[in-house]
Amino acid sequence: MSPLRYILEKEFKQIFRNPAILKTIFILPVIQLIMLPMAADYEIKNINIAVVNNDHGTLSTDLVQQITASNYFKLVSYTNGFNTAMESLESDRADLILEIPNNFETSLFKEKEASLFLAVNAINGVKGSLGAAYLNNIIQNFNQSFRNKELVPGRFNEIPQIQISSSNWYNPKMNYRIFMVPGILVLLVTIVGMNLSSINIVREKEMGTIEQINVTPIQKFHFILGKLIPFWVIGLIVMSVGFIVAWLVYGIIPLGSYFTLYFFAAIYLLVILGIGLLISSYSENQQQAMLVTFFILMIFVLMGGLYTSIDSMPEWAKWFTKFNPISYFIEVMRMVVLKGSNIKDILPQVLAMLGYAVVINIWAVLSYHKRS
Amino acid sequence: MNKTAIIVENLSKQFGHFKAVDQISFEVAQGEIFGFLGANGAGKTTAMKMLCGLSMPTSGKANVARFDVYTENESIKKSIGYMSQKFSLYEDLTVKENIKFYAGIYGISPKQIIQKTELLLRQLSLEKEANVLVGQLPLGWKQKLAFSVAIFHDPQIVFLDEPTGGVDPITRREFWNLIYEAAEKGITVFVTTHYMDEAEYCNRVSIMVDGKIEALDTPSNLKSNFNAASMDEVFIQLARKAKRSE
Repeated sequence: MSPLRYILEKEFKQIFRNPAILKTIFILPVIQLIMLPMAADYEIKNINIAVVNNDHGTLSTDLVQQITASNYFKLVSYTNGFNTAMESLESDRADLILEIPNNFETSLFKEKEASLFLAVNAINGVKGSLGAAYLNNIIQNFNQSFRNKELVPGRFNEIPQIQISSSNWYNPKMNYRIFMVPGILVLLVTIVGMNLSSINIVREKEMGTIEQINVTPIQKFHFILGKLIPFWVIGLIVMSVGFIVAWLVYGIIPLGSYFTLYFFAAIYLLVILGIGLLISSYSENQQQAMLVTFFILMIFVLMGGLYTSIDSMPEWAKWFTKFNPISYFIEVMRMVVLKGSNIKDILPQVLAMLGYAVVINIWAVLSYHKRS
Repeated sequence: MNKTAIIVENLSKQFGHFKAVDQISFEVAQGEIFGFLGANGAGKTTAMKMLCGLSMPTSGKANVARFDVYTENESIKKSIGYMSQKFSLYEDLTVKENIKFYAGIYGISPKQIIQKTELLLRQLSLEKEANVLVGQLPLGWKQKLAFSVAIFHDPQIVFLDEPTGGVDPITRREFWNLIYEAAEKGITVFVTTHYMDEAEYCNRVSIMVDGKIEALDTPSNLKSNFNAASMDEVFIQLARKAKRSE
C-alpha cells in the first residue's frame, strides 16, 4: 500500500484534533459572510448636508424638501449664512454644502436660469463624490419638473436635452450583496487555505519531526501531496459552508452550475495551497511563515478586484493582477454566479490557473530538501 | 563481526570557514554497539547526520549499509533507523497512531503492523497507553517508544543521538536493555552520549575533539592507554584539549 495513505491518515487526524482549526473552518466563514457584506456596502446613505438658503421662496423650500425626502441625505443645518455651513463642514458634521442664492426664484422665472453652489468635503472621497452625484440627480429631476410645469407645453424646448435611461444587466437592482458575497467567499477560501498550509510544514520543522520524516525513505512528492490533499478538502468544505450561508442568508443561488464553480475551485485551491506550502518550506518558524503569508494575502486581496476595480488600475498594476490568483477566481465567481457562465466561458481562467498550479507545486516539491 | 556496517574515510563537513567535522575515519562492524563520544559542539551530531543522509558531506568517503552517502542516500534510509536529540514522535497522535504512521512510511504491510504493534506494546508494557496521546506520556516512556519506533522496520543500523538525555537512571538502564536486545538481533547500534557509564556499555568507543577523532578503542583499552580508572577520566583528559567552546 502506498505510504501516501498513511501520511493522509496522520494529517487528517492532526487537523481534526486541533480545535482551533475546526473553528477556523466552520465558525469564521459564517461570521465573516454574515458580517462583511452587510458592512461593506458601497451604497452610501446618511450623507450629511448643510443647506444655505438665501432665497426662502416656495421653489427653494420645495427643492430642500425633495432633497431631505430622499433616503440619502440628512439635513444637519439649515441657515442663511454660508459661514455657519462652512463651520459644520470643517468640523466634519457636514459632507456637502448646498447654497441657494437669494435671487434663485426670480432669476429662474425671469431669466430662465439660476445657479446653485455645491461644496463637497472630499476627505472621504467616495462619500463626497457619490453625494454630489445623488444631489445632482435630484436637482436634475427638480429642474425637469419645473420645466414641465412652468414652460408652455407645445413650444419646443429652448435647450434640447438628452435623457439617458439605463438598465442594469446581471444584477438588475444593483444589489451590492449579490456583488459582494461571492467575492468575499473567494477571499475566505483563499485566506483559510493559504494560512493553514503555510504554517504546516514549518510546524514540523519547529517540532523536530521533519528530521524524523527526512530519515525515512518517504518520497518528496508523497510528502507534499500528503500536505496538500487535506487542505484541498478543507478548502472545498469551507466553500460549501459559504454557499449554504449565501443561500440561507442572502438567497443567492448561482445562475450557473455549482459544478462549474467547484471545478474551478478545485484547480484554484491547488495554486493557493501550493503558495502556502512554498512559504512554509522556505520559512524557519511559524511567525515568519505567518508574516509572509499575511503580506502576500494583503496584496492579493487588495488587488484582487473585489474592493478596487482592476479596470481602473494603471497598466503596471493590471499586469501585476495577471499573477494574482484571487483576481481570477473573483472574476469566475461573478461570471458564474451573476451571468450563469459555463466551463467554456471560463476556459481562459481555467487554463491560467492550471499553468499556475503546475509551476507552483513543482516549485514546492523542489524547494523541500530532505538533505541540507 | 566480520561484515562492516559503516565505513568512513576522511569525512569532512565545513560550514563557511568552520570545520564542524574534520577528516574523520573509522569502521563499524555489523552488530556492534559503537559509542560516539565528544563534548558539546565537537561535531558528533553533524557527523551522524551525514551518515543518515540528512546532511551533505563536504569531502571524504562514507558507506552506510554498503550504500554510498553521496549517491545512494535514499537507499541508506531504507536500511537505517534514527532517533534524534529532539523528541520526534507526534505529540498530538496516540502511541498506536505514531507506530502505524512510521511503519506505514517504511512500507510494512498493514497485517504485519498490527501484529508487531501488539508485540511491541506488550514488550514496553504500554498496552494500556496504546490510545493515549504521546504528548501525555512521561519523558522516559517517550524515549523508549521513540527507540522502538526507530527500529520497528528492522533496520541494519540504528543511529541514536543522545537518546537518554534528561532521563532518570532507572529508565536509562531499561533503555540500554532495549539497545542490547536490538544488538542481539544483529542491529548495529551507533550511539552518542554524554554519560560515561553508558560509554562502558559500548563494544568500542570513539572520542571526538574539535571535529577530529582523538581516540578509538574498546573502553578497557582506552582506560589502560590513558592510565585512567574510569571512562570519565579518559574523556576529561581528551576533552580538556578542546579549543572550541560552545
